[in-house]
Amino acid sequence: MSIELLTLIIGGLTIGAALMVVISKHPIRSVLFLIVTFFLISSLYILMNAQFLAIVNIIVYAGAIMVLFLFVLMLLNLNKESEPKTPKIVLISSVVASGILLLVLIAAFKDSIQLSHVHLPPEKNIGLVKNLGNLLFDKYIVPFEVSSILFIASMVGAILLAKREKPIID
Amino acid sequence: MNSVDPTFATSIDFYVILASILFVIGAFGVLIRRNMIVLLMCIELMLNAVNLLLVAFSTYYGKGDAQIFVFFIIVVAAAEATIGLSILIMAYRNNKATDAGLFKNLNG
Repeated sequence: MSIELLTLIIGGLTIGAALMVVISKHPIRSVLFLIVTFFLISSLYILMNAQFLAIVNIIVYAGAIMVLFLFVLMLLNLNKESEPKTPKIVLISSVVASGILLLVLIAAFKDSIQLSHVHLPPEKNIGLVKNLGNLLFDKYIVPFEVSSILFIASMVGAILLAKREKPIID
Repeated sequence: MNSVDPTFATSIDFYVILASILFVIGAFGVLIRRNMIVLLMCIELMLNAVNLLLVAFSTYYGKGDAQIFVFFIIVVAAAEATIGLSILIMAYRNNKATDAGLFKNLNG
């Protein structure tokens, strides 16, 4: 019973933090709430016994990507409310569209798979590092190597994009 | 879901509904926000919703392949955030703002 209660609480907190990411006016506050969301999602991974992904999620998302976002925010000096107000008609239509999207998603999921109250197997070792490492370096070795090429391409692209056109001479 | 089941939280239903709600919150943020940094963060939120669903189904079927997919999604998300933020820095350098409506003068 306590595990179920914990999962419910973490799920509710995740939804709340994700909502705060969207509705808070301050960009830095959005970044911090997004970090909270990632930690909560990592704890959900731990509850599903996917320990490797929980650690990778914390290291890569909360540790690298969010620090990159924070750096850009500080670099651009955007830590004030510089955002124009959203028009009311856009707000109302966005709420309606998102509600319809949620309705369609849940209806489609609940109709396409007969899921109701099928429980997750609690003790499986599939999420551990040993198992996933065997899978990654055996079956998925080619995508793993290709992803390194992707990283090099994105690194070169980022440097090229962020470089100034002419070097500053002073 | 209509009957209150105390073990609802460990069923796959819970994760399907939670991931749907997170995805919709991300899409809602993309619709209402104008700041491009927040738009990128909302995209990350949507990616995380999909990751959560993949991990839930991986646990459900007892196979690890979906978790490898999540790993690759994280890799692609890192590359995407890098490129997106550098485009954003370049746009800020030209316009001194990060409003998403600025891209309408690109006229490609």
